[in-house]
Amino acid sequence: MTTATLIPNPREISTEPRRSDKVFRGVVTGGGLSSLIVLGLIAVFLAYRGFEVLREEGLGFITGADWSVTLDESANVVESNFGLSAMLVGTILCSLVAVVIAVPISVFSALYLNFYAPGWLKKILVAVIDMMAAFPSILFGIWGFLVLMPSVEYWGKLINRYFEWIPIFEVEPYFFARSPFVAGVVLAIMIIPIITSVSREIFAQAPLDRIQAAFALGATRWAMIKAVVIPHGRSGVVGGAMLGLGRAMGETVAVYTVLNIVFQINWHILLGAGGNVASLIILKFGEASAYEIKALMAAGLVLFLLTLAVNATANVIVKSTGKSGR
Amino acid sequence: MSSTQPSSLASVANARVERSKASTATGTGLEARGVHAWFGKNHVLADINLEFAAGSVTALIGPSGCGKSTFIRTMNRMHEFIPGAAMAGQVLLDGKDVYAPGVDVTKIRLQIGMVFQKPNPFPSMTIGENVLSGLKLAQIKVANKDELLESCLVRAGLWNEVKDRLDAHGGSLSGGQQQRLCIARALAVSPQVLLMDEPCSALDPGSTLRIEETIRELSDSMTIIIVTHNMQQAARVSDYTAFFLSDGGPGEMIEVARTSEIFSQPKDQRTENYVTGRFG
Repeated sequence: MTTATLIPNPREISTEPRRSDKVFRGVVTGGGLSSLIVLGLIAVFLAYRGFEVLREEGLGFITGADWSVTLDESANVVESNFGLSAMLVGTILCSLVAVVIAVPISVFSALYLNFYAPGWLKKILVAVIDMMAAFPSILFGIWGFLVLMPSVEYWGKLINRYFEWIPIFEVEPYFFARSPFVAGVVLAIMIIPIITSVSREIFAQAPLDRIQAAFALGATRWAMIKAVVIPHGRSGVVGGAMLGLGRAMGETVAVYTVLNIVFQINWHILLGAGGNVASLIILKFGEASAYEIKALMAAGLVLFLLTLAVNATANVIVKSTGKSGR
Repeated sequence: MSSTQPSSLASVANARVERSKASTATGTGLEARGVHAWFGKNHVLADINLEFAAGSVTALIGPSGCGKSTFIRTMNRMHEFIPGAAMAGQVLLDGKDVYAPGVDVTKIRLQIGMVFQKPNPFPSMTIGENVLSGLKLAQIKVANKDELLESCLVRAGLWNEVKDRLDAHGGSLSGGQQQRLCIARALAVSPQVLLMDEPCSALDPGSTLRIEETIRELSDSMTIIIVTHNMQQAARVSDYTAFFLSDGGPGEMIEVARTSEIFSQPKDQRTENYVTGRFG
């Protein structure tokens, strides 16, 4: 009787893959891991080179705002002070300005391309936007410096005149040139292509039967977009914005060209005094002593971790909002 | 067995032929005059002339690819939604051409509602929001939303199953319930005409029966055109049946008559072949 009720253990299920499958698996695994390994090596390299400075400065490396080093005649370090806080605040400020400007423009561009533009125009615009994404950033920087900056300064003055009561728009002393706002506008133009193409992809996947359902209920095009396309694409747009934010935080040359780097924490986005970790590295790298280079490596590590944190946050947001609306 | 089928279908149809004439449907119905349709250079529908009296149920039958769905999509101007689509002829709603220049297409679609083959509730909305979504989409103001919500769900035969979970998402319903939700959604904007494109083809027999009951109840207050591959269904729900056929060229309407006649004494040999199951 007991044998009848005996429940067997589950069998082990296995398969012997063919040789070609094994080879392909190896190739794909190698490719997949190599990017991870390279990334890991960069992090280890930065940590190793920056370790000495990080140990010396401690938490002050993040919270301090000074960046100075004094050498004696034989190039030995007499006194040094490395603090990144002004640069970190500046980086976040410029990137946020960029994202706030770029996201609405990108979303409307993507909606226009998917739902309003005639076919021939869509092809041309998509090609132009893709090209913009591949444009060398130094050209954005030079163009921003020569062409855009005077206009943006003027916009900044307008914002300051009407919105000075909002603390971040205060300008004291009255100096608008090369502000985080200018850098943010240049960065916005640089990240618009990424956010636009990510948004366009996700909007294009909006389910056709739901779109038809909305139209069949007498919806206008805009009403259909609000009811079907935006709920479907929301998480994708957030992901695209985070991708753009990541790129904006790491951008070096364009920001360096238009931003006035000052070692003092400044939250006023219109004031001509900013900071940026990546631009700091390029600013100091050429004439840095051996010890200062270590400090720059440590700064690189901090930027690397910050970018990583942003991308991780993006993942969490996309995953948590992804389910609704689908 | 197959020889008895036409007469049994006819008897099903006869049972409902003289149903209540006291329809409260408004307007003078819908008429297609010389309707042609193209997809690019492909001529898919030729010279369809059909009248749909207010308050009648008309079934469109015929083999796949004969243009039935294309035809009903020309009625509410969903045809033009497909790139390269073109049409000729006139579609008259209460005597007015829905393709006339200057006509607001969104208003046409409010008057001629549609239920699709696959249930397609809006996934980001709750059950209640889905039913009332047409009002929001077309920016229509309604005095008593709760009353409308209940009456639409009652008419679609779904009220008892969802009244306690109107805040749940539409996707949590079964396929048949979702389709009835889509019917309720179409009813909320009070259309004169309801187009149904194979509304039961993705559903189980039980859900199909519920929807057929719903169709019969709705026909008291509106004009219904239903595309179906199920001839039993055509016999059960419709007053009139039109047979469409394509012989490789564009689809044509072969014959239209009272449903009982189509299934008992069709005039055209091809109709008889189709309804007796000899082809198609």
